[in-house]
Amino acid sequence: MAGTPPQGLTVASRPGRGRPAVHPGAWWLWALGLATAATRTTNPLLLALLVAVSAYVVAARRTSAPWSRSYSAFARMGLAVLAIRLLFAVVLGSPIPGTHTVVTLPEVPLPHWAQGIRLGGRVTAESLVFALYDGLRLATLLVCVGAANALANPARLLKALPGALYEAGVAVVVALTFAPHLVADVRRLRAARRLRGRPDRGLRGLLQVGLPVLEGALERSVALAAAMDARGFGRTAAVPPAVRRTTTALTLGGLLGVCAGTYGLLTAEGTAYGLPVLLAGLTAALAGLRLGGRRSPRTRYRPDVWGARAWLVAGSGIAAAVIPAVCAAYDPAALHPGVVPLTAPTLPLLPAAAVLLGLLPAFVTPAPEEAA
Amino acid sequence: MIRFEKVSVTYDGAAEPVVRDIDFEVPEGELVLLVGPSGVGKSTVLGAVSGLVPHFTGGTLRGRVTVAGRDTRAHKPRELADVVGTVGQDPLSHFVTDTVEDELAYGMESLGLSPEVMRRRVEETLDLLGLAGLRDRPIATLSGGQQQRVAIGSVLTPHPRVLVLDEPTSALDPAAAEEVLAVLQRLVHDLGTTVLLAEHRLERVVHYADRVVLLPAPGARPVLGTPAEVMAVSPVYPPVVDLGRLAGWSPLPLTVRDARRRAGALREQLAEAPPAARETGSVRHLVNPGPAAVSAPRRFLRRRTPAPVAEEAGTPATPLPAAVVESLGVRRGRVEALRHVDLTVGPGETVALMGRNGAGKSTLLAALVGLVEPARGRVRVGGAVPHRTAPRDLVRRVGLVPQEPRDLLYADTVAAECAAADRDAGAAPGSCRALVSELLPGVADDTHPRDLSEGQRLALALAVVLTARPPLLLLDEPTRGLDYAAKARLVAVLRGLAADGHALVLATHDVELAADLAHRVVILADGEVVADGATAEVVVASPSYAPQVAKVLAPQRWLTVAQVREALS
Repeated sequence: MAGTPPQGLTVASRPGRGRPAVHPGAWWLWALGLATAATRTTNPLLLALLVAVSAYVVAARRTSAPWSRSYSAFARMGLAVLAIRLLFAVVLGSPIPGTHTVVTLPEVPLPHWAQGIRLGGRVTAESLVFALYDGLRLATLLVCVGAANALANPARLLKALPGALYEAGVAVVVALTFAPHLVADVRRLRAARRLRGRPDRGLRGLLQVGLPVLEGALERSVALAAAMDARGFGRTAAVPPAVRRTTTALTLGGLLGVCAGTYGLLTAEGTAYGLPVLLAGLTAALAGLRLGGRRSPRTRYRPDVWGARAWLVAGSGIAAAVIPAVCAAYDPAALHPGVVPLTAPTLPLLPAAAVLLGLLPAFVTPAPEEAA
Repeated sequence: MIRFEKVSVTYDGAAEPVVRDIDFEVPEGELVLLVGPSGVGKSTVLGAVSGLVPHFTGGTLRGRVTVAGRDTRAHKPRELADVVGTVGQDPLSHFVTDTVEDELAYGMESLGLSPEVMRRRVEETLDLLGLAGLRDRPIATLSGGQQQRVAIGSVLTPHPRVLVLDEPTSALDPAAAEEVLAVLQRLVHDLGTTVLLAEHRLERVVHYADRVVLLPAPGARPVLGTPAEVMAVSPVYPPVVDLGRLAGWSPLPLTVRDARRRAGALREQLAEAPPAARETGSVRHLVNPGPAAVSAPRRFLRRRTPAPVAEEAGTPATPLPAAVVESLGVRRGRVEALRHVDLTVGPGETVALMGRNGAGKSTLLAALVGLVEPARGRVRVGGAVPHRTAPRDLVRRVGLVPQEPRDLLYADTVAAECAAADRDAGAAPGSCRALVSELLPGVADDTHPRDLSEGQRLALALAVVLTARPPLLLLDEPTRGLDYAAKARLVAVLRGLAADGHALVLATHDVELAADLAHRVVILADGEVVADGATAEVVVASPSYAPQVAKVLAPQRWLTVAQVREALS
């Protein structure tokens, strides 16, 4: 489908809060690129650089919409992951051999069937550093996903789905908006407990509002379903039976092909036929989806345009993922600083430069409008 | 345009049909108002137009409903979406997307209109409803009136020929309600849209209607006619009609303007008996009518003794205020919800908090029960600091009936709810049940709270809160969804409580309720108190907060028909 003809440049290029200047898919590609880079390294300097890059871009380019606040939530989740990882390393010990003892905890003797598990005991600097690197990697991954969430509205991503998948996509988006409503309900009902003279804190309070909250959620979904039905959701166009049958055959056959192809790729003896079958299956499935879209008369209002900015944003993310991976092939040690023996990590120049490329979106995309 | 032919609807499991033999026709381009007491099936009739009844709700529909020539039996709601636009009671449950512009386009996308047409209509609708400045805003950040306009806009863009609205102004402040009604008026006049709407607050809508369909009682035949004809026989009517009936005007006036033209003789007659007796009951010794009332609370503020008050502090003889708020500031996220609010409520005094949606009324109530922590200033309720007091103690000092009374009710039956309330409040077993029987005669023990009507549920929640006998009672928007009869019962109950020395604070958009009950009106705007004084003082001078009777009889200070009736007899 050709994009909506923009009526005058002022409207088309205006970076409104609901009308993103960049395709949401581009933001996701960018964030996934950074996340991929994070999975390839345990170098704390590189990881910190990745977090800093994502934080800078989010701070510079996020809007004031509700989903934009998710970045800090993901950042907190990352910190929690890091803390848990360190805690495990301290309490359960770690298989990393080390000589620098930091502290020795009292060891809990365990029966022989629990052999291999250790509670307490020697905590070495090596194991702590290893856990720190490992936790940092997971945390960075989470932060990158958080950046995608903060920069791209999940509902707008839905608009890029093929017509045949639209209804499934709506279900996902409704489910996504459900959680915030549920949280609001729980808050309101816990507050109401206080009005009845019952303690409003604690687990018991939370459990007792469970049923009313679910009831409310159910009622809201029924009301939403009624509203959507009354507004024409699920209208179907008449499709000749031949087309319908072809759609089914293509989709089913395509999916089977994808399964067989993947199996072939993964097993030793199937490598010869794996790739072609996989590709043929994918093509058939996509054709099926495209044909299936005919059943839905839906049109799209101002779909997001994948323009030069989107290329730059997505490209910078992909570069940040690919360049460090290539470098890793030549100099694996730089991306995985040694733990045994302990060495100070150094910043490998080329991968760091690639990660810094990830800052590009903060300069090539227009700044969001301030809240009115 | 819309035609009902001998329509009866019976829901599954119900013995009796909700509506019976509905037979009327709405011609194209008219604004028709559907009125009647609660529970007569107004929402069912509206649902039948959009096809949601019975396709979505279940049940059996006998007879025939046709909209623009399409039979709703053969067409599902989604197939009627291009001719009927429906907006339900709660605009929030109507929204599918999250920004204004996408919401306006959603219906058209479902119908498969071309992108150029969609773009043009979205721009037109943004202008028509005055939403252009809000086009990119997330819907969750809009005010109630704005949300209601977006909801109307979202069903307008597919250019439906019929618009169906269920209580479009109930949740709105007077100004926002007028905004929405002006839009409807414009649609009818400029675009020839047929509008069918149900509304309890007749004083807001009746003069906009071309015709009125009255459902007088459950299962009764509808009465059809011009607004003046129907209002003459209707069991529900706005104050201006009540005044007209009292004065024996014929035809009945429907607007303040009509009534004012005829009220010359009545005003002369009333001039001899000025309405000074407005400040009634135990509060007379606390608040003098007239300008002195404004300074009365300040006096208390200075005399306030810091010693905690005994639990029986609610008696009128005690000069201690029930609640004191001093330069209170509350922040909600980045927003300053309240700024430098001062308020003192004496025992036996009824205070109405008014102001726009989002002015901070609910936040002030929440601060009084300790649901929010003050960022600045102090709050004392019966000598205690609400947010630091344990809930068990607090319920004996202050009670709040929230906007959604259902939030207070957890149990499966009225009896279980009452038993739990007695336990929570530490009251003697049976106290709550006695209150329920008083407020809600004839409700069986085993009724599920969900099956009660709005008014009954409110009464049950009120009984639950009153079980702890709090000297200060707070009500948030208590008349939302109540018909005139339920409202009159509520007013009687609240008057009795005030006479017993309970201090009452109501947050409300309902100017008639405030006129009926309040000794004092406090108007909030942007989290600040902009007016605080005796009801007659504050309300008569304000165009949006004046009740109809005050507008008709201005410059005399009458507020309610009951006052006038008393003066005449």
